[in-house]
Amino acid sequence: MRTAGGHDAGDRTTGNRAAEERAAGETGPSTGADWERRLAGVLAFARRRLTGEYQVDEFGFDSDLTDNMLIPALRPLYEKWFRVETVGLSNVPSASGALLVANHSGTVPLDAVMTGFAVHEHHPARRHLRMLGADLVFQLPMISSLARKTGQTLACGPDAERLLREGELVGVWPEGFKGIGKPFKDRYKLQRFGRGGFVSAALRTATPIIPVSIVGAEEIYPKIGEIRFLARLFGLPYFPVTPFFPLLGPLGMVPLPSKWYIEFGEPIPTDEFDAGAADDPMLVFNLTDQVRETIQQTLYRLLTQRRNVFMG
Amino acid sequence: MTPNVVLVTGVSRFLGGHLAARLAANSAIERVIGVDTVPPPRDLLRRMGRAEFVRADIRNPLVTKVIAGAKVDTVVHTSITANPAGPAGRVVMKEMNVIGTMQLLAACQRSPRVGKLVVKSTSAVYGASSRDPAMFTEDMAPKDLPPGGYAKDAVEIEGYIRGFSRRRPDVGVTTLRFANFIGPRIDTVLTRYFALPVVPTVLGYDARVQLLHSDDALAVVERAVLHELPGTYNVGGDGVLLLSQAIRRAGRIGVAVPSMAVPFLSQLVRSTRLVDFSPDQVRFLNFGRVVDTTKLKRDFGFTPRWTTATAFDDYVSGRALRPVLDPDRLAAAERGILDLAARLPIR
Repeated sequence: MRTAGGHDAGDRTTGNRAAEERAAGETGPSTGADWERRLAGVLAFARRRLTGEYQVDEFGFDSDLTDNMLIPALRPLYEKWFRVETVGLSNVPSASGALLVANHSGTVPLDAVMTGFAVHEHHPARRHLRMLGADLVFQLPMISSLARKTGQTLACGPDAERLLREGELVGVWPEGFKGIGKPFKDRYKLQRFGRGGFVSAALRTATPIIPVSIVGAEEIYPKIGEIRFLARLFGLPYFPVTPFFPLLGPLGMVPLPSKWYIEFGEPIPTDEFDAGAADDPMLVFNLTDQVRETIQQTLYRLLTQRRNVFMG
Repeated sequence: MTPNVVLVTGVSRFLGGHLAARLAANSAIERVIGVDTVPPPRDLLRRMGRAEFVRADIRNPLVTKVIAGAKVDTVVHTSITANPAGPAGRVVMKEMNVIGTMQLLAACQRSPRVGKLVVKSTSAVYGASSRDPAMFTEDMAPKDLPPGGYAKDAVEIEGYIRGFSRRRPDVGVTTLRFANFIGPRIDTVLTRYFALPVVPTVLGYDARVQLLHSDDALAVVERAVLHELPGTYNVGGDGVLLLSQAIRRAGRIGVAVPSMAVPFLSQLVRSTRLVDFSPDQVRFLNFGRVVDTTKLKRDFGFTPRWTTATAFDDYVSGRALRPVLDPDRLAAAERGILDLAARLPIR
């Protein structure tokens, strides 16, 4: 991407550049002391885990585990594999609540994981993105407890409003399974945006909506078909077939290394409406459409600027 | 208005017995009558002081006579229990819970002097499922109606209580939906569970557990008796512990059991009489449950002194559970490794 349409270049961060800056900061004169400091950190973390001396919030978010173990594990995927570039992170507030609404794609919700990583690692306030997940996520063993520990919660009105009222950054992917599981030929075509529940939550709490457009995630697992009976067997919404999966088995589960862009758009304010606005369906539909259109147009613009799926 | 004559059901159990003792120590209250099917343990009876114990089954019309004869004006119903007494177990428990409450409410409805009813309910009325919101407020209904056991009893009991307050709108009814009790002195399914040498959990699930210290529970019921605070309130400590975290804090070793093996295992544990696992408790251990206590703090005017974590730590130290992994030894090992690292010639 040559021109970051509308945004100044200073607002762009690339995964590679951030990694270089960090590496430069770490190779100081005191490598020995640094090594010891890190060992102390690891040992203290291990002790906290073994004795249960850490805090978990009401949603089940375990920030100790997330910050010290899970987020660092994602760094290679973000920086080296997908080489994610972010635009407009300054549109994300540093202290107050906001609702991030993004397009969903890629068969496996890596787009959500990468967006969460971007907000935590590249926003100056290092905030956690608290995402709203589908019912299925919280029914599956392992996945459900991992989702809760990393700060995710069930996509429902009460939870969204509670998080927003507490001033958290909330992420929502309103297309749901229709978006993430759509066939490869429909890539970058936004699906229906649920029932607009996320707009009601933003209106009730008067928090701004930030449209987020993700380019690159559509190509990681090109879904060219599905196996119905396996999906029924496992109780999943779909069982994907990609050019490499299930043909190559576990090897087919490696995502293709597409180049990613995540653009955080201008916030859409919701505090200028009346108190009863959340209960006005027409207003909610209109706002939902506005958010959807903004994301769709940004996607088209980002796509015209992209020259190659893998090189960017 | 301070009550004159208080009737407390379930006095041979922790909450009822200690409540009767506290009320008996309050000289503004004329008479405290405790009712239960079995006499309280001797030390509890001694604590209860001037409170009178009447051995009666609340399923029996005798309770009606006690309420009318003693001019009871406040009824505290604490005998609803999740802990089946003895091996006869659940059928008797359900009888006591549901039929007992119906009889008691019938007696209260007959007696014009009764002006206040305080009921110990449970947050189990919200059920436990994967589709639950993170925190329940008082106006929410369960996503899946509890299929059986204690939770179903509690839902039915609350239904009868709503019916009662429709028929007797002059009676102030306080319904307290308690989170699971914990503390060094109380004996519940959960306190026995965490005292198991090896603690079984369900593989792939880690419940959010909210606890309430038994002292806070007592203080809440006492406040409801002494003040006019009708309504339904969630009662629970601040904050949550994950089940795995609680097991680690207790120094126990958790063993994850595949969910397919859970029914078999819970049968096995039940037959040892150590812990009585019912399906609704297993669901609780899967998904957990957290209630919002804003209304308790704002309207009821009570903030629990213990958080979930401090209450749990008090239980662990009070029970003298010997940790398998000693935190002090772990800290010593950590210092040892760091000392060693400092002496290594790598710099």
